Amino acid sequence: MSTAAAGHHDHDDHGPAKGWTRWLWTTNHKDIGTLYLLFSLVMFFIGGGMALIIRAELFQPGLQLVDPLFFNSMTTMHALVMIFGVVMPAFVGLANWMIPMMIGGPDMALPRLNNWSFWIMPFAFLLLLSTLFMEGGGPAGGWTLYAPLSLQGGDSFAFVIFSIHFMGISSVMGSINIVATIFNMRAPGMTLMQMPLFVWTWLITAYLLIAVIPVLAGAVTMLLTDRFFGTSFFNAAGGGDPVMYQHIFWFFGHPEVYILILPAFGIISSIIPTFARKPLFGYASMVYATASIAFLSFIVWAHHMFTVGMPLAGEMFFMFATMMISVPTGVKVFNWIATMWRGSMTFETPMLFAIGFLVMFTIGGLSGLMLAITPADIQYHDTYFVVAHFHYVLVPGAIYSIMAATYYWMPKWTGNMYDEKWGKIHFWVSTVFLNVLFFPMHFVGLAGMPRRIPDYNLQFADWNAVATIGAFGFGFSQLIFVYVIYKCIKGGEKATDEVWEGADGLEWTVPSPAPYHTFEKPPAQYS
Amino acid sequence: MKSSPHMFLVGKLATLSIAMFAFGYVVMPPLYNVICDITGLNGRTNSAAVAAPDGSVISDRTITVEFVSVINSSAAWSFKPVVQTMEVVPGKTYTTNYIAKNLSSGPAVGQAVPSVAPSSAAKYFNKIECFCFTKQEFAGRAEKEMPLIFFVEPDLPRSIDTITLSYTYFNTGEDPENLSDS
Repeated sequence: MSTAAAGHHDHDDHGPAKGWTRWLWTTNHKDIGTLYLLFSLVMFFIGGGMALIIRAELFQPGLQLVDPLFFNSMTTMHALVMIFGVVMPAFVGLANWMIPMMIGGPDMALPRLNNWSFWIMPFAFLLLLSTLFMEGGGPAGGWTLYAPLSLQGGDSFAFVIFSIHFMGISSVMGSINIVATIFNMRAPGMTLMQMPLFVWTWLITAYLLIAVIPVLAGAVTMLLTDRFFGTSFFNAAGGGDPVMYQHIFWFFGHPEVYILILPAFGIISSIIPTFARKPLFGYASMVYATASIAFLSFIVWAHHMFTVGMPLAGEMFFMFATMMISVPTGVKVFNWIATMWRGSMTFETPMLFAIGFLVMFTIGGLSGLMLAITPADIQYHDTYFVVAHFHYVLVPGAIYSIMAATYYWMPKWTGNMYDEKWGKIHFWVSTVFLNVLFFPMHFVGLAGMPRRIPDYNLQFADWNAVATIGAFGFGFSQLIFVYVIYKCIKGGEKATDEVWEGADGLEWTVPSPAPYHTFEKPPAQYS
Repeated sequence: MKSSPHMFLVGKLATLSIAMFAFGYVVMPPLYNVICDITGLNGRTNSAAVAAPDGSVISDRTITVEFVSVINSSAAWSFKPVVQTMEVVPGKTYTTNYIAKNLSSGPAVGQAVPSVAPSSAAKYFNKIECFCFTKQEFAGRAEKEMPLIFFVEPDLPRSIDTITLSYTYFNTGEDPENLSDS
């Protein structure tokens, strides 16, 4: 790479390589970001297809379409694919594309590691999905892989463990890369407290990933040795304890929940100021709130396991610690509302998704507060109320933020404006069907319908039929998203460099589409 | 790759991730056992014999001890306590029996795993002798009566008037001939 300090640089010499091997060997952060995002989009439809199989079976009581074992492996795989294959890669893809441009750096700190981080992922998921075609079927004990249930499946379990190891290695390498980029590649003079919030939230997320993904790797390694090598970590007959698995898993699992949402907070904090045409209200408090949420996420894990029989003092501690998280989260929600207050708001598609996020994520947050109340949770545990809760925080939370980010930055990526009319149709159709899909789950959950069961009592039939209609509506309306992306890549109205009237940040100072190499000479405005 | 300014930071971060793996895989399981043994969390009771009380402190009240038996679903056993409940004075020593029978025709090795509820009573419930300390060897269709000698400490909190002792019986899957210490 040229190190010439001259201002004018001929980019044609350093454009992308020709042919398909460009994507295989690329070390360019924009190429790798694109790969991550496209991978995530493909996995979104695979995971979504699994969700539709689940909902189709639940359309009516009784067993109609699939056998119960396959149903259980669908619920398990849907979760693994959506968490590790959709939300996390999409956030990493956005980080790859945007973080170097936002901090005025030329690329990621470790470009070759970056290539490796991505290319592990398709193989990991090939390994995971292949278990569905193996003798004994895929994993069917739930994505949490609770021992001893998860140890009673077929031998394909080893493939599941190895695929989780691969995903973990990819995530940890990606995170190390992101931390190194943020600390070492910022434009001269840019202080940490001048970084955009998306960079801040990703910095904290990366630390969470580095801290907890290895714990998951440890837990699944214990499962592997229990299953195949005769250890008894979780086998009571051999002196182990199945409850210990839950403790270790959720020590990973709860920070993981925030890994799936903190970058979303960063995205929303970028979009709302742009379309409200005001700077973000309370920038510093947003940073501190993010850090507080990350810290608290390590001390609340046992609220996932109130029913295992903890001492009262433990239940009280985890209840109050969990409720405490709503304080920094509330700070964020009020800051976003205050940013919009008396702003000159317009409602382009990214803003619609951001406001949709704000409203519906808060619904999910409130049902989370209900679940935090220990005596109430003992009633709600493992019912559809829990399913409703985490789908409200993950679908209109994490997924909507990714869609908002796609609409918001796509003009910068492709140089073309997306089709605003179809973008808005995508938002409204998705939002209506999403609520038809997930809101009734609150009702059947409070009435006692258990999760992960292919059949159910007749009293739940009506709302399940409604939810299934919502599921198919939501699922097929995502084809609009693909159409808009395809159309935007192919052409359309040319985007300006700034793209959005109220946009602020270094990424809007480079041309649209962003050239293959940006900021080879660091921007001067911070020094 | 030439040495770059990133390597020090990357080294620190990689060390952190390896340390967290070690924490999860190497440190956590023994630590968890130690914490459960000390606090009695999770209903854990002593897994080795304790000395009998000297009888100097006898409580002035009576509590109920209930005996429960659970068979792990994969085991072909019958496993039952001889008595379902006992009235017990904390400080005194009591003896009772469980009866286990191997329902299969082949030899088998069994192991009982105890748990006490409420878990806050676990550290006051002491076993002087228990079949759960060792594995038992059974010939095909053999039946054994297995003793349990226990006492409840007199300083058991007043709020607890019933203690439930549950045993889950597992087939360890071992070959009896290879078992030397049963």
